[in-house]
Amino acid sequence: MKVGVLALQGDFREHLLSLENCGVTGLAVKRHDEISQVDALIIPGGESTTISKLAKTFGLFELIRDRISSGMPVYGSCAGMILLSREIIDPASGQDSFGGLDIVVRRNAFGKQVDSFESDLDFKGIEGGPVRAVFIRAPWVESHGPEVEILASVQVSNLSHPVAVRQGNVFATSFHPEISGDFRVHKYFIDQICSKAQK
Amino acid sequence: MSQNSSNEVGTARVKRGMAEMLKGGVIMDVVNVEQAKIAEDAGAVAVMALERVPADIRAQGGVSRMSDPDMIEAIQAAVSIPVMAKVRIGHFAEAQVIESLKVDYIDESEVLTPADYEHHIDKWKFTIPFVCGATNLGEALRRINEGAAMIRSKGEAGTGDVSNATTHMRKIGSEIRRLTSMREDELYVAAKELQAPYALVKEVAATGKLPVVLFTAGGIATPADAAMMMQLGADGVFVGSGIFKSGDPAKRAAAVVKATTYYTDPKIVADASRGLGEAMVGINVADIPVPHRLAERGW
Repeated sequence: MKVGVLALQGDFREHLLSLENCGVTGLAVKRHDEISQVDALIIPGGESTTISKLAKTFGLFELIRDRISSGMPVYGSCAGMILLSREIIDPASGQDSFGGLDIVVRRNAFGKQVDSFESDLDFKGIEGGPVRAVFIRAPWVESHGPEVEILASVQVSNLSHPVAVRQGNVFATSFHPEISGDFRVHKYFIDQICSKAQK
Repeated sequence: MSQNSSNEVGTARVKRGMAEMLKGGVIMDVVNVEQAKIAEDAGAVAVMALERVPADIRAQGGVSRMSDPDMIEAIQAAVSIPVMAKVRIGHFAEAQVIESLKVDYIDESEVLTPADYEHHIDKWKFTIPFVCGATNLGEALRRINEGAAMIRSKGEAGTGDVSNATTHMRKIGSEIRRLTSMREDELYVAAKELQAPYALVKEVAATGKLPVVLFTAGGIATPADAAMMMQLGADGVFVGSGIFKSGDPAKRAAAVVKATTYYTDPKIVADASRGLGEAMVGINVADIPVPHRLAERGW
């Protein structure tokens, strides 16, 4: 199985290293033919406005959107979650998302960089104790449709905000497992989503 | 905002991780809301809010300081991408002010007039992350030892002459490669020669890279400049005067973004270079008397 990591901008190298730690050789992809050929795709952390604009400028936007809607397994972290949402609250002008998850996301939901944090999270479907999660100017899920499964949440002012979600083959986290060195989230994507989609 | 007590802010991972998210991107100097919006529309990953771009600082002379908080806050309100701001080398009170504005990153910058000719800011004390300039590996590691979470080459800001950025990127790269080829018992002397902490020297020798993200800055004015810096090992690009001192800033900004992503594809860099109008006029670094070179500031 060929797992691509979208390499337009962001921390795609850390995702490639995370895949390697799971025994999977990932491919950095940023051209039409490269993206057409992968069996699964990771959309990395980065600046979601930049990634969205580059995808449009280089004619990749429809391709990625169509491949997601036709069932390709896909995982997005942080900016990747924003790009997989149905709707973005307060998007930058010209910022669109690929869709795939029936969620509404709030960008920079926890605040500015000085509010960025790391924390331990209980993650449904991942065993062996809490996952170390690094949130950097992170989004959260503001609301979601009935088919979206919540895998992890964060409490802020007594309100629970989903930060890891899945709908079929589409999976997203607000945080960056590729930065924390906790490779169980990538392993979840490979074992629970990619491998099962192949059968 | 009250969060779980187990949440940790301002850790090295959170600070350095922020820079990881900027990789492969272009950070643009902007002096007002209109320019900030142009930068965001063009695909910048962040903007640097300042009152005068380096070319004007150079032309106008005088003491150059932190920007007006009103101006910085107006830019924060206008864009959703990260906003950075500069403070003078060693001026920790300016840094406290910028942190209180909830700016996303501080550039402790030689482009402003230094406030302390001996000490840089103790950056570990802050929750906000810092980027610092460096001309060589030893300088980069000294800044990281003080808590910098991101490094950029200094280049020679405000000139449109990329030669110093090239020198600094090549120097940092070659010094890293030299360390990786050394025996372990040679690293003690290497640390002495680099005037850098042994632990960081050992880490670089083992990993073959800086422990933080390395951007390039200083004199980048064209898509091809950006592509060259990326090929020399930069993780991303700062463009200061190069965009808004040119004939068609919106088009040039978008062009530099494209070239930074597809830096190994000369056809895309060629297309990005077409019809950009006038580039910033530029000054040859060799024509600037040494005491007026910004890259010499910081140590």
